[in-house]
Amino acid sequence: MIDEDFTKSLLKKHSYLSQRDSIDWFTVECPDKEIVSFTKSMRDDEGFEMLIDLTAIDHGEGEESRFSTVIHLYSLVHRGYVRIHSLCLDNDNPSMPSVAEIYPAANWHERETFDMFGIRFLDHPNLKRILMWDEYPYYPLRKEFPLAGIDTPLPAADVVEVTKASVEPAPMMGGPFVSSNSGPMSDSEPRAKDESWTERKEKPL
Amino acid sequence: MTANDVAYNGKVEGDVIVTRADAVINWIRKHSVWPMPMGLACCAIELMASAASRYDISRFGMEVMRFSPRQSDCMIVAGTVTYKMAEVVRRIYDQMGDPKWVVAMGACASTGGMYRSYAVMQGVDNIVPVDVYVSGCPPRPEALLDAMIKLQDKIGNESSVRNLRKTNPVATG
Repeated sequence: MIDEDFTKSLLKKHSYLSQRDSIDWFTVECPDKEIVSFTKSMRDDEGFEMLIDLTAIDHGEGEESRFSTVIHLYSLVHRGYVRIHSLCLDNDNPSMPSVAEIYPAANWHERETFDMFGIRFLDHPNLKRILMWDEYPYYPLRKEFPLAGIDTPLPAADVVEVTKASVEPAPMMGGPFVSSNSGPMSDSEPRAKDESWTERKEKPL
Repeated sequence: MTANDVAYNGKVEGDVIVTRADAVINWIRKHSVWPMPMGLACCAIELMASAASRYDISRFGMEVMRFSPRQSDCMIVAGTVTYKMAEVVRRIYDQMGDPKWVVAMGACASTGGMYRSYAVMQGVDNIVPVDVYVSGCPPRPEALLDAMIKLQDKIGNESSVRNLRKTNPVATG
């Protein structure tokens, strides 16, 4: 477990840190320009040798700081996690220093975060899309992006010429994987029964 | 005599067999379908099960699964086709020699299934012409075998020469 002595000494040692409210693990707020030196000292001095996860949050358009990245570190010495939260200063072209030099596991996590949120990781060794194709123009996990998708041409021109296929918004209604409105799991499963509205046709209020 | 019958009555005809080219060619084709396992998700596990001893797809002459499209004539699309993978599926289909057939195995390959999202093509028939659709998520091996038998019937009733080249059909919207 991460004990209180450790968290106090950590906050004391790095004056730029501040503690964030968290319901589970000890969470710190770290300014983006300190993230590389902080994670390096976490790895070398504090025994947090494992990067568990690196992802981002879109707080929504109109927020003062729209994007932030979240790093989960695990220590086999402390047997516990520390969560590092950093705000991206620029809302239009969000960026963050890459920690792939310190934790090689961050390499693909950062590529996925770039792919889904459009956050550029500075000094990343190979920052390109990992899930969507290279020419894809959107960042699908941003708040304004609809789950169904947006009309987009497919990358291979010769295949498109023969098949006339393109990315089309997926239908959101009905379907075989819609649960009934009763039962213990009905709140956590897709249950759109109303077929009068789709992504193209707004749901009537 | 219909196109899919192969009849031989030795007492009447001696050593001569009278039949139709379609019947013979289709009979040859449908009893040695070489599937190309386009395994993209969990359906591929059921596909493997149908090739293994319990379900034994070789009873129908289809045990020769080739991972090279050049050696295959039936693509079994088993799994979720993402938009990123669609190009690859179409290219592999193009590389298969004619005549060729496509089986869309499972809900994802047929319609997109549970994946109603920006990343998944809503049915592989957007890029390749599908001959048989199999329902299920994933379909049981029996369902796939039933589909393959349906495909055999379909091959048996085709005009063997007219369907030699099927490279350019475009799916209905």
